[in-house]
Amino acid sequence: MCDQTFMAATFGPCESCGKPSPLMNIYIKNEAINYCSFCVELMACQGLQSGESVASLKRECESLKKKLEEERGKLNDVELHQVADKIEVLGALAIKTRRVLKGHGNKVLCMDWCKDKRRLVSSSQDGKVIVWDGFTLSKENGISVPCTWVMACAYAPTGCAVACGGLDNKCSKAVAMHTNYVSGCTFTNSDNQILTSSGDGSCALWDVESGQLLQSFHGHTADVLSLDLAPSETGNTFVSGGCDKKANVWDMRSGQNIQSFESHVSDINCVKYYPSGDAFASASDDATCRFYDLRADREVAVYQKDSVIFGASTVDFSLSGRLLFAGYNDYTINVWDVLKGTRSSILFGHENRVSRVRVSPDGTALCSASWDHTLRIWA
Amino acid sequence: MALVVEMQDPKGGVKGSEQKLNVTSIPYVITGEHVLTWITNKMKSNTEEAQVMATMLVAYGYIYPIQNHKKLVMCNDGTLYRFQTDFGTFDTVDSVVAMMKLNIRKKGMLEAYEQAHYNHLNKWLNHKWDFIVMQATEQYKATKERKKADRVVLDCQERAYWVVNRPPVSGTDTFFHTALTHNIFYQQTIMRSRVKSSVSLGALVKYVTTYKNHDAFLAPCLPSNPWLTNNDNYWTLNTRRVETPTKMRVERWSFSLFELLTDLRGRDDFKIFLKKEFSGENLAFWEAAEELKWGTASSMSSKAETIFKTFLAPGAPRWINIDGRTMGMTVKGLEHPHRYVLEAAQTHVFMLMKKDTFFRYLKSPTYKDIQKKALSPEAQNFSPAQIEQNAQSCSPGIHPIILWQQEMEENAKAAAASAPVDVKAMMSKMDRKNKHILEFMHTRF
Repeated sequence: MCDQTFMAATFGPCESCGKPSPLMNIYIKNEAINYCSFCVELMACQGLQSGESVASLKRECESLKKKLEEERGKLNDVELHQVADKIEVLGALAIKTRRVLKGHGNKVLCMDWCKDKRRLVSSSQDGKVIVWDGFTLSKENGISVPCTWVMACAYAPTGCAVACGGLDNKCSKAVAMHTNYVSGCTFTNSDNQILTSSGDGSCALWDVESGQLLQSFHGHTADVLSLDLAPSETGNTFVSGGCDKKANVWDMRSGQNIQSFESHVSDINCVKYYPSGDAFASASDDATCRFYDLRADREVAVYQKDSVIFGASTVDFSLSGRLLFAGYNDYTINVWDVLKGTRSSILFGHENRVSRVRVSPDGTALCSASWDHTLRIWA
Repeated sequence: MALVVEMQDPKGGVKGSEQKLNVTSIPYVITGEHVLTWITNKMKSNTEEAQVMATMLVAYGYIYPIQNHKKLVMCNDGTLYRFQTDFGTFDTVDSVVAMMKLNIRKKGMLEAYEQAHYNHLNKWLNHKWDFIVMQATEQYKATKERKKADRVVLDCQERAYWVVNRPPVSGTDTFFHTALTHNIFYQQTIMRSRVKSSVSLGALVKYVTTYKNHDAFLAPCLPSNPWLTNNDNYWTLNTRRVETPTKMRVERWSFSLFELLTDLRGRDDFKIFLKKEFSGENLAFWEAAEELKWGTASSMSSKAETIFKTFLAPGAPRWINIDGRTMGMTVKGLEHPHRYVLEAAQTHVFMLMKKDTFFRYLKSPTYKDIQKKALSPEAQNFSPAQIEQNAQSCSPGIHPIILWQQEMEENAKAAAASAPVDVKAMMSKMDRKNKHILEFMHTRF
């Protein structure tokens, strides 16, 4: 398909401590050096002793920011809606509620589909995690978690396990331990690893079997509210969004922050990759959803309308990437045409905030979870 | 430090008592007022100096407030505090961060005992993660066994410790740190390559066009969308090991190597093609590398060893043909295996398959064959009454756990069947046999 630019992380002996580990290639005064992440930290601390002043650092920061904008602008030769002009307009969509899943006793905060395309897991504020067969509407399993506000739940790729996390700072019988609430969790390509995002401002990768912390990701300056793994052949990156209005792209191997986007004016509640892995969308409290192109390294679309004034809490793409489903705090789901930037449809039905929307693995349906204690499946 | 020890002396130290916090009784609590009085008396200082001294103690974490653990000051009133227990419990990384900060503040002029501690901690850092994991596990286990009162206390302690000792968000020292890290990040970002908008946006649009007919929201799902008609034929026709896949599914395999490999049914078909070409080792290596990447931490070294013996060692039974530089780097990396040790080799092999083998597969009789055989299900149109009826007879399908077990069984069978014949071993066996016969013949004749 599209030619992927592979981010080849180097491995080898750190040029400072000599220990073999994933290396960060960084530039100091235009000189390239290869340090492991710990030595980069040490160096950052030591830099203070070399006589750099607050003012000089600030000045350098401003000039670098300007230079970055210049570089980004050089390649900005066309806008998305211009390229989309050649595409035919979408026909009318006839999306209706096909299933209503009732059973939770309180706000449903999160849900995730199983790879078998019909089962799903949902978690709610009353500490209950339920596994449903969406097709037959039967509840297959119910787990009680000893904390309220189970904000994150995920289905394992093999379908044999589920993970959940929330206000107790843990994810699933203490696989992951954060110092603040767990806002999001997802399995990687196997049942053996979990990626979590937390209110303590960090994301972390854990080994399920031993509970070992494999890698931590620091860079957000406030709570991280959401994360998503890249659906690419390399499968080495993920994007996270947080209360610092930034969306960061990370390399799972080195813990390095590869890209950062700061264009929202309020907390980012949800981030989701475009199906090709070359772009992602974000939903924010500023009532907009934005679309970022990773290869061009910039924001390429904003999905907003004067009549949409409530914050967006969740987004997901349809299988082809043409539609963006976004759940809002005004109880509706807006369906946006990703390429043309217009709203294609609104889905009514929920009686309270929509906390999560997810398209099923084969793209045949959309599931939405809401504070009205129910989940709805739309098709 | 000595001062703090003195303060905790039950006889001459600050008066402590048991206090109720919410519902739990917390032992050994002191009030801000008491602390300040004690310091004033002991140091023979005035209230102001005592205030400063006490606030420093709170800021550095020796004493922590029970309730508002983010407010790191000593209040001259009934606000409740506790002493941080011996720093031995919070050794390693936490201590290192504290030591690093101390180092910076003192601009490298640490006292002898502090320097020794710093060096000691530096050594520990090389075994950083193992130790932290051990500590964390121990602490967690111990926490569970403690009484509730102690647990609340410990929780407060830890929170307070983190508030003091984790990289703080404001303050001049941390501004340097943050600013420097930002600058490093900006420089890197400027240096990284980016693509012209027309190119990348064009690719995004192309993706939509390619997958348009496969998107159930945009094009009809054949024979019917299960969620609309309550009939799951669509899913039965697209199971993991279906004999004859649908035309749509086979078409999707041609979109990219990623799609072909992600759909396990497609991967099976690709393997049939590779077997005919006698070039199955690349895919086998790629699969093994994936298993290493996503495997449990404990299985790492054994998997790495097997992979080396099977694919990379000179004369290996399924030796993969990669360039010398990558091979050298990989073999060297295998001396200290970690989950990304095969990254370079795996990427190389993947690109080989993507740029060459994949396209030959699409032109091959294997693929053309399956394309011809593939099913094109007719659209099923149900009346609303029939849809209602279908809802009554919805089957639960096969549970994913059973599917997974079946998959594991099939994988085991396949592995046993395709175990490469160790040609060398066979040859040497034959050699020995021949030698034996010759010797026999010599002695006879």
